[in-house]
Amino acid sequence: MIVDTRSCRSTEADDLPRRDRAKRIGAALRRHAQALAIGLATLPAVALALRFALHGPGANPIEEITHVTGEWGLRLVLASLAITPARRWLGWRAVAPLRRTLGLAAFAYAALHLATWALLDHALDGAAIAEDLTERPWVMVGMASFVLLAALAVTSTRGSIRRLGAARWTALHRAVYAAAALAVVHHFWLLKADLRPAIVHAGILAVLLGARLAWRLRAARRSS
Amino acid sequence: MKIPEPRESEVTDEAVFLNRREVLRLGAAAALGTLVAGCPEGGQADPPDPLALRRLPDVAPAAPAFRVDEEPTSFEDVTSYNNFYEFGTGKQDPAREAHTLRPEPWSVVVDGDVGRPGRVPLEDLLAAAPLEERIYRFRCVEAWSMVVPWIGVPLARVIERFQPGPKAAYVAFETLVDPEQMPGQRRRVIDWPYREGLRMDEAMHPLAFLAIGLYGRVLPNQNGAPIRLVVPWKYGFKSIKSIVRMSFTEKQPHTSWNDLQPSEYGFYANVNPEVDHPRWSQARERRLGEFRKRPTLPFNGYAEQVAGLYAGLDLRRNF
Repeated sequence: MIVDTRSCRSTEADDLPRRDRAKRIGAALRRHAQALAIGLATLPAVALALRFALHGPGANPIEEITHVTGEWGLRLVLASLAITPARRWLGWRAVAPLRRTLGLAAFAYAALHLATWALLDHALDGAAIAEDLTERPWVMVGMASFVLLAALAVTSTRGSIRRLGAARWTALHRAVYAAAALAVVHHFWLLKADLRPAIVHAGILAVLLGARLAWRLRAARRSS
Repeated sequence: MKIPEPRESEVTDEAVFLNRREVLRLGAAAALGTLVAGCPEGGQADPPDPLALRRLPDVAPAAPAFRVDEEPTSFEDVTSYNNFYEFGTGKQDPAREAHTLRPEPWSVVVDGDVGRPGRVPLEDLLAAAPLEERIYRFRCVEAWSMVVPWIGVPLARVIERFQPGPKAAYVAFETLVDPEQMPGQRRRVIDWPYREGLRMDEAMHPLAFLAIGLYGRVLPNQNGAPIRLVVPWKYGFKSIKSIVRMSFTEKQPHTSWNDLQPSEYGFYANVNPEVDHPRWSQARERRLGEFRKRPTLPFNGYAEQVAGLYAGLDLRRNF
């Protein structure tokens, strides 16, 4: 077999500038990961605002705001939970701080979702809000998810880690798994015949939680 | 159907209900749409403009007994916010996707205990009575509502012509099944065809209506073209769209939502603020276009006319 080593070498040489550029882009992405994540997380809200500005509010804007903020709150919790697997499976070390960024973005959408419900849907009608909270299991589950997210958002600072101690802080922040699961149940519970969107979210959550379970089992086996 | 020129004065014009700003906005949106769409040939087509639909001629204006004294919901909202799972489960899906439906020619199969069964062309079915307008409240089980100026014929007049027999205690309706025309049917969200039904005395009630149009024009596809049921005192899902079959039965027919979730959707499905949906309240509703919710009325405000149909019936159990 004749191997043309010359051509091989020359290809490698041609690739060098391209690899260089890729490396530079990679470095820039790593440096600006935080800003990029924040920018991407605000897109759904911006898109909704643009849609209202360009096409008018539509037939039922309160419903649409409720759905968009709720869906993105849930998706961003899932995105935040996907950071650790991304780090371990893909070796993306730079994404680690995004867990907190995306978690806070999720909380922001959840807060908008809750505000839409109380201020717009119920127009601050205390009796109607109380009835929802005491008689509608789906609302209760959503509220429970929000309360957990709020607790995590409040304790998301470095100061909190110091005050609580790393062990207690980590234990507290495991509540994000419960918040995500409650949010998925909340979504499931309000759908009618078409359950597909909730099934997709539940499936993603199952993979993300399953990965953590597998790591724990493996770690336990190794240490025993 | 003969199509003489309509006498404009007889039909509620959508312009009456669209305020000036809305008309301007619609116009601007259309102009912007043309600019943005850029290439009229190829690419994704804009949803068809329901305002381009044919006007219905010779429509008698709504009699006082059949017109609610409330502002009708805007034409745009009525034709862009629909539950019609045959075209997708999103509210905007039907307006976008329903252009694949071919409402002409159309016929309705009539069978069961009936003197004149057969396949009835839509034109013949409509010969039962002159077209008239009805301005009704429409309340969805999802707690939103609207007011719609429908055009059509009383259901009772159509049924009479079929001469139902003594064993006809119910009338069952079916929607078209054709995944080519109704792409939403490629998924089995519902056990197609969509089915609905009424007790015979409900069907013969003067308020029960078969609509072929709204706002002076033929029904847009997304609203159930070419012929749909309108039962204003019941939740919207009873008002079955794009009807291809009417069967006169002795037993209570199967109905789609009742089959799907019997604990949440009853056969009667009368609007009732006292009986909550198991997951949400039915006490109040949001009228499309309004901010604050309003109280829901028993039988959707038609209690005086229809409550008698249910005398002695426990409405909590027969929801």
